[in-house]
Amino acid sequence: MYKILEREDLTSNVHAYRIEAPAVARKARPGQFVVIRVDENGERIPLTIADWDEQEGSVTVAVQEVGTTTHRLAELKTGDAIANFVGPLGLPTEIEHYGTVVCVAGGFAVAVVYPIARALRQAGNKVISILGARNKSLLFWEDELRSVSDELIVTTDDGSYGRKGLVTEPLKELISVDKKVDRVIAIGPSIMMKFCALTSKPFGVKTVVSLNPIMVDGTGMCGCCRVSVGGVTRFACVDGPDFDGHQVDWDLLLARQRTYIDEEKLSFEQWLQKHAAAVK
Amino acid sequence: MPKLNLNRVEMPRQEPKKRGKNFQEVAMGYTPGMAKEEALRCIQCPKRPCMTGCPVMVDIPDFVKALSEGNLPEAVKALKRKNALPGICGRVCPQETQCEAVCTLAKKGAPVAIGRLERFVADWERTSKPETSPAPETPPAPPSGKKVAVVGSGPAGLTAAADLAKLGHAVTMFEALHVPGGVLMYGIPEFRLPKEIVRNEVDYVASLGVDIRLDSVVGKLATLDELLGDGFHAVFLGTGAGLPMFMNIPGENLNGIYSANEFLTRVNLMKAYLFPQYDTPVKIGKKVSVIGAGNVAMDSARCALRLGAEEVNIVYRRSREEMPARKEELENAEEEGIEFKLLTNPKRFIGNDKNWVTALECYQMELGEPDASGRRRPVVKPGSEFIMETDVVIVALGTTPNPLIAQTSKGLETTHHGTVVADEVTGRTKKPGVWAGGDIVTGAATVISAMGAGKRAAADIDKYLRS
Ligand SMILES: Cc1cc2nc3c(=O)[nH]c(=O)nc-3n(C[C@H](O)[C@H](O)[C@H](O)COP(=O)(O)OP(=O)(O)OC[C@H]3O[C@@H](n4cnc5c(N)ncnc54)[C@H](O)[C@@H]3O)c2cc1C
Ligand SMILES: Cc1cc2nc3c(=O)[nH]c(=O)nc-3n(C[C@H](O)[C@H](O)[C@H](O)COP(=O)(O)OP(=O)(O)OC[C@H]3O[C@@H](n4cnc5c(N)ncnc54)[C@H](O)[C@@H]3O)c2cc1C
Ligand code: SF4
Ligand code: SF4
Ligand code: FES
Repeated sequence: MYKILEREDLTSNVHAYRIEAPAVARKARPGQFVVIRVDENGERIPLTIADWDEQEGSVTVAVQEVGTTTHRLAELKTGDAIANFVGPLGLPTEIEHYGTVVCVAGGFAVAVVYPIARALRQAGNKVISILGARNKSLLFWEDELRSVSDELIVTTDDGSYGRKGLVTEPLKELISVDKKVDRVIAIGPSIMMKFCALTSKPFGVKTVVSLNPIMVDGTGMCGCCRVSVGGVTRFACVDGPDFDGHQVDWDLLLARQRTYIDEEKLSFEQWLQKHAAAVK
Repeated sequence: MPKLNLNRVEMPRQEPKKRGKNFQEVAMGYTPGMAKEEALRCIQCPKRPCMTGCPVMVDIPDFVKALSEGNLPEAVKALKRKNALPGICGRVCPQETQCEAVCTLAKKGAPVAIGRLERFVADWERTSKPETSPAPETPPAPPSGKKVAVVGSGPAGLTAAADLAKLGHAVTMFEALHVPGGVLMYGIPEFRLPKEIVRNEVDYVASLGVDIRLDSVVGKLATLDELLGDGFHAVFLGTGAGLPMFMNIPGENLNGIYSANEFLTRVNLMKAYLFPQYDTPVKIGKKVSVIGAGNVAMDSARCALRLGAEEVNIVYRRSREEMPARKEELENAEEEGIEFKLLTNPKRFIGNDKNWVTALECYQMELGEPDASGRRRPVVKPGSEFIMETDVVIVALGTTPNPLIAQTSKGLETTHHGTVVADEVTGRTKKPGVWAGGDIVTGAATVISAMGAGKRAAADIDKYLRS
């Protein structure tokens, strides 16, 4: 069992868990992920490593509630434990001195972008971060991201905070007006990553995205996570999760993510019933 | 010479109609009376030919004799001298090509049912009270002060770990998944190998003092050099051949197309057959197509049937004779209603606008000249394409070793098939301090050969550690 040293609510439906996993903490690098299982009946799901502390022997993940597993995780508190925690999986994000790098974070992915931006800055890059969310209540870690960026732009879809609009708008301005952007790193919902990639493509600015297909083992054993990049099938868990966003077959990724929507709905309804009964 | 009894005692099995709907074990095992009757058929050949057919040289005539005399503790002792996992081997060994193939009575078409007897003895030991089980033959050796890392907890790793622990070494076993047992847990289904039996064997290995670390991916958590630098005096690699092969034909990434590894992992390891009680889903197709005809294909097809598929087809490019699956499992599959589309090979997968697979386009094949494997090579019949509807496809074309460890460690030589180069007898790799055995060296093979490799490597590691 892996103990939750601390749970912190980042928004009403995004929670950070600092989990005791010394062996993983020793090896974690920005951009890698873990696979967790809440309990004996649980599914294996991947979560990106948001932070780690080798001294304490802990790894932090930030999780957005979407379906059964993430809701079951949300029922756990500081001091509880989860059954399994495997990592660090996948290849780390490439960190080099590129010049100016724009880091785009959509929604809860700010937690994932934060260690990458930090590492890029340490490598001597000028880091401009764009943080986007649907509305103000979904924003968190703004100060953390600012502290590792030379410049931070915040957008909300409804204009309740920062600039009104999508992350792609400031991205386009930065690339087209300044023309000095050497690399873009975009992490968030697939649809956001797709449009970031489409935005930068005409300007030929290399855009790295972190793909999130459905996974099982996370070690290259099942092939569930296959994605198509540059017309070649790759296993995202071992060949990625980072890929060149201009080469990704986004429609395939989006379609494969929907493989189990009927089953997910059934499972979630069952969870809701059980949960309601337990709360009573 | 006494008259030969050529009536092999059949083992009771669940009715095909009934078993096609449940995940309980198909074969139900002998009763004590049946076991004794079958054991009495053995004529105790002085030259013991049967033993030469067994990769670990089980003392077959000895355990069969004890069984025929009703001395079960003695039978257990004789059996376990060479085979630590008889409950597993008795069930899944391809006996018809190994021990039973060379039994003297095989010439008369009725070899002694060695596998069934082995299973009977193992099950007797497992279910009878501990006080009736014999004490271990040799007490464990005193601690050697040496530490060994065993990577992978399949049959190769379990065997090596058990032997090394018995020899007095401190063994840590690293397993990537959340459950130990390798293919025995995630691949071979419950109805062929009940998981309780595997758990039992794992518990036995743990009881010898082996420290089993789950959720531990070697190569990621630590490289081989880090293990060797971290106080381990030797490393045994038994990580199997877990990388699934695909066909590289159009449409292979459509929804509903699984590798056998993914399908079987979802069903067996994650218990998707109990969804939604267990959280992991699997698509239950109406018309399922399984590509390939080995044991893995048979297991996939029979799982799909048990999940509730209306029609399950095995699609295979050669003919019946060339099918690599065990004969017994092929017959079981056939009885259960699995259909065989032989001399048929997919050309591409066809999908709908939601990216779901809806059909296979296949070629008809014919057999040409023998190829390198000695089997007649299938060739495409020109213009023979036809469409086969399907909504779930399981690709069971085989697996190769996962490159994760080889990629992250210097000095480990691999072949172009991805297998690790190791000495056939000792299991030594080209990297000092590192041994390997099982599917990682041979490519996908058998449980018993993986165990044999684990055993031989353990003996050589012991020699190395003491020199
Ligand atoms: C490499 C990687 C890193 C990720 N990092 C994070 C993270 O840091 N924080 C976070 O909140 N989420 C992250 N995700 C997504 C997270 O894994 C899914 O939200 C989670 O699996 C949903 O499970 P569920 O049971 O709650 O929802 P479900 O209702 O089961 O699924 C909702 C949606 O999530 C996706 N999903 C379902 N099962 C899986 C699975 N086994 N693997 C991957 N995706 C699945 C599907 O597209 C599905 O439609 C990451 C995904 C990947 C692949
Ligand atoms: C569906 C199926 C049916 C089969 N049926 C039969 C049969 O009827 N009879 C028969 O004799 N054989 C059968 N086989 C073959 C047999 O199961 C294998 O030959 C045997 O299990 C190989 O044993 P192994 O110990 O080499 O590897 P495996 O059993 O594959 O075990 C390897 C273990 O290592 C772990 N691992 C991998 N990489 C790492 C890493 N980096 N770090 C830590 N752990 C790692 C894996 O998770 C796995 O648990 C079947 C195989 C399959 C897939
Ligand atoms: S281990 Fe397998 S091959 Fe050896 S005797 Fe037993 S069943 Fe036969
Ligand atoms: S070859 Fe057959 S009959 Fe002869 S000893 Fe072995 S099992 Fe018995
Ligand atoms: S998740 Fe199984 S191969 Fe990537």
